Amino acid sequence: MLTTTADRERTLHVEHCMGTVFTIDIRDAGQWTGAVCDVVGWLHRIDRIFSTYRPDSDISRIRRRDMQVADADRDVADVLDLCVQMHRETAGFFSALWSGQLDPTGLVKGWAIERAAELLRMHGSRNHAVSGGGDVQLAGQAAAGRPWRVGISDPHDRGRVLSVVTGRDFAVATSGNAERGDHVLNPFTAALPRDLASVTVVGPSLTRADCYATAAFAMGANATAWLEAQPGHEGLVVSATGSVTSTTGWTGGPMQDPQE
Amino acid sequence: MRRVVLAIVTTVTSLVLLLSFKTHATSSLATPPAASATTGNTTGTSAAGSTSGSTSGSSTGTRTVTGDTIDTRFGPVQVKVTVTNGKVSSVNAIDYPMNDPRDQQINSYAIPVLNQEATQAGNANIDMVSGATFTSEGYLQSLQSALNKI
Repeated sequence: MLTTTADRERTLHVEHCMGTVFTIDIRDAGQWTGAVCDVVGWLHRIDRIFSTYRPDSDISRIRRRDMQVADADRDVADVLDLCVQMHRETAGFFSALWSGQLDPTGLVKGWAIERAAELLRMHGSRNHAVSGGGDVQLAGQAAAGRPWRVGISDPHDRGRVLSVVTGRDFAVATSGNAERGDHVLNPFTAALPRDLASVTVVGPSLTRADCYATAAFAMGANATAWLEAQPGHEGLVVSATGSVTSTTGWTGGPMQDPQE
Repeated sequence: MRRVVLAIVTTVTSLVLLLSFKTHATSSLATPPAASATTGNTTGTSAAGSTSGSTSGSSTGTRTVTGDTIDTRFGPVQVKVTVTNGKVSSVNAIDYPMNDPRDQQINSYAIPVLNQEATQAGNANIDMVSGATFTSEGYLQSLQSALNKI
């Protein structure tokens, strides 16, 4: 049974996969059970192929040299190509190699979410959001005449929203080390980035926004300047000491509450 | 080429209360259209349903649905979903582990963030949250069991 709540205006589904929570939120009227099933199936299929925790996944077999990339699911080659592209675009700060081991995990979740949103579009949905582990891809609007609103959680106080991004057809990704264990390393020094608490990137594609957020987080103090140079993307950077900087397109000035 | 306008509004407020947002400024930025090819075979999968728990209130207006109590290694987790006129209006953890100081630290932010993800329908201010989230498996299972009963 699908754990979908549906009414005439909206279909909401929460799915546990890849060690996190995915939300599929369709804001078009109608019956979307088939579309939700497809997305849920897609997410679990990607987990089966790419999980580094499953010894039988294609990625685990490739790591053991039990399998060639050419013999793996065709999505593996696509993802590895994207990893190379992101490596190039981020001056090497995004890397699919971890301790010398192939690990495209840093790209797969955002890419899977972006593709999930594309699946919903192919099913005819024009207004939806797909999120997973704090990253989100949005299409259309939240309601007639109302754009989507995405709150950016304060890494130093999860109960607070630092900023709200509103719009149509965009993606928001946040990278940090505080919440699910330390999972971002500087690929050049193998050190944990200590300068920053979180980096949020807004752009058209979640795959790219997510990789940019991860790369900028690993860059530390240079994150905001690097994001400023990326066309079509805006960034919000929270330092380990709590100071907030952003790219110039992310207006609103200092991110402080005037009442504080 | 579609011109995407993102109005970015700066606010500091509470995720839990979700009441008032103060607008500092807005701007626009152009982003290229998202282009991606979609292929791939998908298969439907199903999540285990749940039959226990309780439902109270009438079928119209406001009613609450209580999810199963899920035992996690940190302790029991149980959520309550409030449905107003057929829409989820709030999700609250009515029981979650508070014994260990570390659990407390985890839950003090995990529950509000997860609440937010689950209560978008009834919230006019924020539809989604971006931030690195700690996710609680027990919370999710109890939430799913409650959603199954709506």
